[in-house]
Amino acid sequence: MATVTPDASSEHELKVITDATCTFCGCVCDDIDLTVDGDHIIKAKRACVLGKAWFLNHTADDRPSCLIQGQAASVEAGIERAAELLVSARYPLIYGLSDTTSESQRTAVGIADWVGANIDTTSSVCHGPTGMALQGVGEVTASLGEVRNRGDMIIFWGANPAESHPRHFTRYSLTPKGMFLPNGRKDRTCVVVDVRKTKSANAADIFIPVKPRSDFEALWALRALANDVELDANQVLHDTGIELSVWQDLMTRMKAAKFGAIFFGMGLTMTRGKHANAEALLALARDMNKHTRFICKPNRGHGNVTGADNVMAWRTGYPFGVNLMRGYPRFNPGEYTASDILARQEADAAMIIAADPMANFSQPARDHLKSIPYIAFDPKETPTTRAAEVAFTVATYGINVPGTVYRMDDVPISLRPALECHHPSDLEILKGIEKQVQKLNMKNAIAQSKNESLRPARDEFGSSE
Amino acid sequence: MSKPYFKISGGYVYDPLNGVDGQVQDIWVQDGRIVPAPVAGIRADRTLDAAGYVVMPGGVDMHCHIAGPKVNMGRKMRPEEKRQGEVIPRTLTTHSGTLGSVPSTFATGFKYIGLGYTSAFDAAVPPLSARHAHEEFADTPAIDKGFYVLMGNNHFMMKSISEENPKQLKAFIAWLLGATKAYAPKLVNPGGVEVWKHHPAGNVDTIDQIVDHYEVTPRQIISEVARATNELGLPHPVHIHCNNLGMPGNWSTTLNTMDALNGFKGHLTHIQFHSYGGGEGSEESFCSKTTELADYINTHDNLTVDVGQVMFGKTTSMTGDGPLGYFLHNVYGGKWLSVDTEMESGCGIAPIEYRNKSLVHALQWAIGLEWYLLVEDPWRVVMSTDHPNGGSFMAYPQIIRLLMDATYRNDVLRSVHPDVMSRCVLGDIDREYTLNEICIITRAGPAKILGLKHKGHLGVGADADITIYSPHENKEVMFEMPRYVIKSGEILIDECELKQQTFGKTFNVAPAYDVEVEADIADWFEQYYSVQFRNYPISDDYVHDSELVDCHEKES
Repeated sequence: MATVTPDASSEHELKVITDATCTFCGCVCDDIDLTVDGDHIIKAKRACVLGKAWFLNHTADDRPSCLIQGQAASVEAGIERAAELLVSARYPLIYGLSDTTSESQRTAVGIADWVGANIDTTSSVCHGPTGMALQGVGEVTASLGEVRNRGDMIIFWGANPAESHPRHFTRYSLTPKGMFLPNGRKDRTCVVVDVRKTKSANAADIFIPVKPRSDFEALWALRALANDVELDANQVLHDTGIELSVWQDLMTRMKAAKFGAIFFGMGLTMTRGKHANAEALLALARDMNKHTRFICKPNRGHGNVTGADNVMAWRTGYPFGVNLMRGYPRFNPGEYTASDILARQEADAAMIIAADPMANFSQPARDHLKSIPYIAFDPKETPTTRAAEVAFTVATYGINVPGTVYRMDDVPISLRPALECHHPSDLEILKGIEKQVQKLNMKNAIAQSKNESLRPARDEFGSSE
Repeated sequence: MSKPYFKISGGYVYDPLNGVDGQVQDIWVQDGRIVPAPVAGIRADRTLDAAGYVVMPGGVDMHCHIAGPKVNMGRKMRPEEKRQGEVIPRTLTTHSGTLGSVPSTFATGFKYIGLGYTSAFDAAVPPLSARHAHEEFADTPAIDKGFYVLMGNNHFMMKSISEENPKQLKAFIAWLLGATKAYAPKLVNPGGVEVWKHHPAGNVDTIDQIVDHYEVTPRQIISEVARATNELGLPHPVHIHCNNLGMPGNWSTTLNTMDALNGFKGHLTHIQFHSYGGGEGSEESFCSKTTELADYINTHDNLTVDVGQVMFGKTTSMTGDGPLGYFLHNVYGGKWLSVDTEMESGCGIAPIEYRNKSLVHALQWAIGLEWYLLVEDPWRVVMSTDHPNGGSFMAYPQIIRLLMDATYRNDVLRSVHPDVMSRCVLGDIDREYTLNEICIITRAGPAKILGLKHKGHLGVGADADITIYSPHENKEVMFEMPRYVIKSGEILIDECELKQQTFGKTFNVAPAYDVEVEADIADWFEQYYSVQFRNYPISDDYVHDSELVDCHEKES
């Protein structure tokens, strides 16, 4: 899949992979040229500071590919142990999935179904509230190229792409010359709404330092203005920390734009109001279409968290937080989301794929996870792999492993891996676990039916004779 | 040693393509295909006794929305209908799923096969998201699949037309089909979606309106794409969702679209939604124009249609027609999803409920039925609900009953809004479909219109996709639960029960083209797209069990 061309400018033979894809953040830039020297990437042309770190610092861990209770073991033994754990558990939890390919995500959801697990992704701790808001009001959105070609009014709300998605401005939203914006940045107005002056605010034409925890009120003030509802200036100032005239000016500009876009981040979805904030923003973008064209889009963080939402939705009907224990999918955020299940000490086994809950979940959730046997997949050693019953060291997606990644705007992109890796991919291991799980299920079903047929009839109804 | 024979013996066989109309026959299957009866003395390794049953080819749904970004957005947006709805439980060997109006992939495959359908085509996939559709297909069990790729608002297409470069247009269409591994070109509100991207509530009103920036008209798009795709000799040249869907008075747009095809082969989809008289959004004048349009179809054999039947109840409207989504959102006031795809297409999704006491909805229902009954040649009208837009594909058995039983149909007609009678001719039609005709509009016809030579019939060489029904006086009962469904020679539904999880083929085309066009596309592409040109085409490994269907290019 990779295009390999010798780099003539160097002394010994280097290979160059052109149009490679960076999976570090949700921008999923697919225009990176990687120069490979042996087992190292020495150049990542066009990558941002985060992307360069992702590619240039990459080394394959020299840990064993599989550890069982901290001891080196064969991958096959790890697969068997993992399958046993999942099949024998009463409440298995599968979690993570946002930093791997959609092929692996599909297999993980398949395993969750076969064993009747609860499956959840890191969406539940980032833009899960956006998914819930979408269920309430819908979403008016577009692919990033639409913003690049048409967006003359760009608003960032509770998002700081200058630090989290460094090429967002230059590739998609602010500086590129677009089909209908021949002068690039000069043709666009940029507004940043945030509780503090972030690096992104420096790039803005207008910065609105909204009062902390008042995004909901601010968005509803804008919705009111969009719908010509009269507002009390003192109330608005009190609620949002910003003069009504500032919001009025913003609304005038929004209405005058030809094509507006609001990008939002966890500053909106993970602060007071959560899905109510996201719902207000989605509704605002929708309302603006009475006046002009307007869209909105969450700035998704992890490389393939968007793929996780998609795979979960097409296989189960729901985007995250899905419980399959009754033999079919059920959805209930708060009940079936991983951090809550662990904090309530419900799961008795777990499989963590490409996530590090031992580093970022609440103390009660971590305490419980540590107390149950679980399987962990990660290219690196993490707090989560350290406490795992079975820890797989896996090849890295996008660098070692091919597959599909969904950009934050749902555009699917194929990966062009640059380096070989002596560790297996998580897909190979997951497929092995799936096969083993089905074998165990079949064995258990046969054993159960034999038991039933051998049992004297009266036992089935107790000793009523 | 020869491969095992499977014999389906003694059923009443309906195979209209081969002139078989309910005669008792045996069907022999070997290696997934239908084969001639072997020489005397050779016995079948397995026999299914079909005596007393009705045997038909597997159903072919030529227009539904079952995979890709739009469908998945619909799933994400509508948890409420799944929570209370029926579910598909997992078994030891088959996956679980959820239903509602937008079923999950496994539920989709299992429900289609349970209904006796063995092939289905998604009708609207943006090229930029084609990879997503293929990934979902690989997770959609039981049935063979394909999709139509959106190109009615594609910028390169409009550019080629405005530059009067038909050679380039033809090469581009061929390239795009191959690059996305699609089955057929699809036009959705040609030009109108681009206008929507430029203006609030923007759309075109007629096919002669100028589209922003490229200065082309919908009429030019229809004519030029039809010419190019017919010259390419595609198995299904062009699948058209006309402009002004759902608008009172839109029948003239539909008639103009038929005319704009200039005699080239073309398929007009969900024609029911495009057959309205009246004007200015007024309910007063809203009426059926099926008679006039069906007359045109009856006298122009380059045209085929599928109906897009509306059924009463709750469902989800989903379309590549962005402005239509906005219109429906404003009519119903509910949640609304809209996704514009750069350089290519739009998308609108909104929940909808068709009520039998609503004049508009009841008339839509009646107009759909008129279409089945007023097109004289059943080979040129196809059963569809435009799933899930007019209703679910699971409503097909009910539609069959409405067509085969005039008494039942008139009973239902009398129960809907009373003004419907005077605004359409449905009440005056006493035609009843025969089983043979049902077999045509649900499998033989769509297979033929799609150019699928191995589908929709039971002759030698056909794929062994076979559905076996228990005859019943109530045709809804007969068709809603086939006794056996055989897919590629394997029994998937046995005694009405799902037996195993297989995954079907993916139909796609790869017409030849002048490769020089790639350099032109690449230059333009790199300027305006947000992905790299080299990362755009889809590699073969995405296409699950690919079946490439031949094109037969004609001289221009």
